[in-house]
Amino acid sequence: MKGTQDHATLAEVFNRDEDRVDWHDGALWWIRQKRDRSANLTPQWEELREAASAIKSNVISNLHDYLLQFEENLKKNGVKVYWASDAEEHNQIIHKILSDKNINQMVKSKSMLTEECHLNEYLADRGIDVINSDLGEYIQQIDNEPPSHIVLPCIHKKKEEIGELFHEHLGTEKGLSDPTLLTRVARNHLRNVFMTRRAALTGVNFAVAETGEYVVCTNEGNADMGAHLCEVQIASMGLEKIIPERKHLGVFLRLLARSAIGQPITIYSSHFRKPRPGQEMHLILVDKGRS
Amino acid sequence: MKKNMKIGLFIPCYVNQLYPNAAIATLELLQKFGAEVSYPSKQTCCGQPMANSGYEHLTQSCNDLFIENFSGFDYVVAPSASCVLHIKDHLHSHADENAASAIRGKIFELVEFLTDVLKIDTLDAYFPHKVGIHQSCHGLRGLHLAQMSELVAPDFSKPKQLLNMVKGLEITELDRADECCGFGGLFCIAEEAVSVKMGKDRITDHTNHGAEYITSPDLSCLMHMEGILQRNNSKVKIIHIAEILNSSSIKV
Repeated sequence: MKGTQDHATLAEVFNRDEDRVDWHDGALWWIRQKRDRSANLTPQWEELREAASAIKSNVISNLHDYLLQFEENLKKNGVKVYWASDAEEHNQIIHKILSDKNINQMVKSKSMLTEECHLNEYLADRGIDVINSDLGEYIQQIDNEPPSHIVLPCIHKKKEEIGELFHEHLGTEKGLSDPTLLTRVARNHLRNVFMTRRAALTGVNFAVAETGEYVVCTNEGNADMGAHLCEVQIASMGLEKIIPERKHLGVFLRLLARSAIGQPITIYSSHFRKPRPGQEMHLILVDKGRS
Repeated sequence: MKKNMKIGLFIPCYVNQLYPNAAIATLELLQKFGAEVSYPSKQTCCGQPMANSGYEHLTQSCNDLFIENFSGFDYVVAPSASCVLHIKDHLHSHADENAASAIRGKIFELVEFLTDVLKIDTLDAYFPHKVGIHQSCHGLRGLHLAQMSELVAPDFSKPKQLLNMVKGLEITELDRADECCGFGGLFCIAEEAVSVKMGKDRITDHTNHGAEYITSPDLSCLMHMEGILQRNNSKVKIIHIAEILNSSSIKV
């Protein structure tokens, strides 16, 4: 994996190409402006933010109880629950789930936590291949680079560079830079991945203690494609993703995508609750310095 | 204004050493409004650099000295948002917490002292230049000297309120009203490349809109930007807001 030097050293290298830095800065500021416009169009925006903050404060003050309530409801719904205190334990649990089923390929989506735990490398060392199915992270994975931004993983790449990567790794024609065409290429490759993977892992945006369900928000529908086609569904979540009741989702879903990129709501807000007949669901609660 | 208001003038160490004109302007400005201003001569650094680097537990002697120097005043005023914020948030005492708490409640950054305590509405000042306002992060987010641009809330700016009273002065609008300049205390050493680029970007926003001067309630940000301006032989100058507010109408 590229990018193992410290931030200051890498930033010095990045800043040598000032035109590129200005372009990158402009791209991020454009997102900020979209966020501001969206916030200003939403009635009682600051009250919503305050409500979200108050709900999270409540969660942190009562984390123990909510987590146990969530675990109890997950179990009632037929989901297997695991607790991991650190990255090593988290990665071991996933490895065990997969190796018990003789699975050596997994599709992943929407999980910064597994990036934090370096799951891909851990599984690759043990002969298990992981494909990131979010478009941005897919591009980053092809280039053997970690995401550069938490919600915009390849915001630092230009479309021409993505065309070049696809030419090199996916065999597309040289010089392709049309975003729609590039997306179609990725989609065709990923479609085959979704159809053939027996295991799918997603992150968790919100975990509802009251019901034992978890919610994953995506724009690409890739979390759903993975989860709906696999026989082993795994979710990794940080302890802090808990919210007390389903009604609180109304606050967070209105804020999430607007705050991130100025979009009113993500295209998919998918609720996962219990395994389909014949399917297994596993959920790992990860501490890793959070408690 | 309260009669015979006694003000302790707190001049941050780097202002004392590198920008004495800003300190003198602060003193003169407060005196113009009839305050009785004293400068406790034993004052030193307030301890902010240590506290910000994770050594707050070693700042007790700075705190004790600050309390000793400034307990006897109605108000403590300083021309630096970041040092004021440090005292406001972190001044404590094992020996006399009441004294520490009293100072935390009566220390003001110069701009907010003029707008919120003295509540001035006119100024006899003349500064015929185009001036861009740099909102320091400590002033903006810590002391709320202006509205944060990401909030959906009524706009206000205490520095702008004062600069609007200065004759001849034209405020230059910016594309990004309150971006950080990248100084960040020790950040400029730990992350030099990012720090410099952020400073350059801030300056470009001001120069693109024709600013001749960049002003701020925080000299540390201005010091960072001055370094970049001078390396690039720019004609644009930095100036502490106290010097503008104290600029005499006799100068033409």
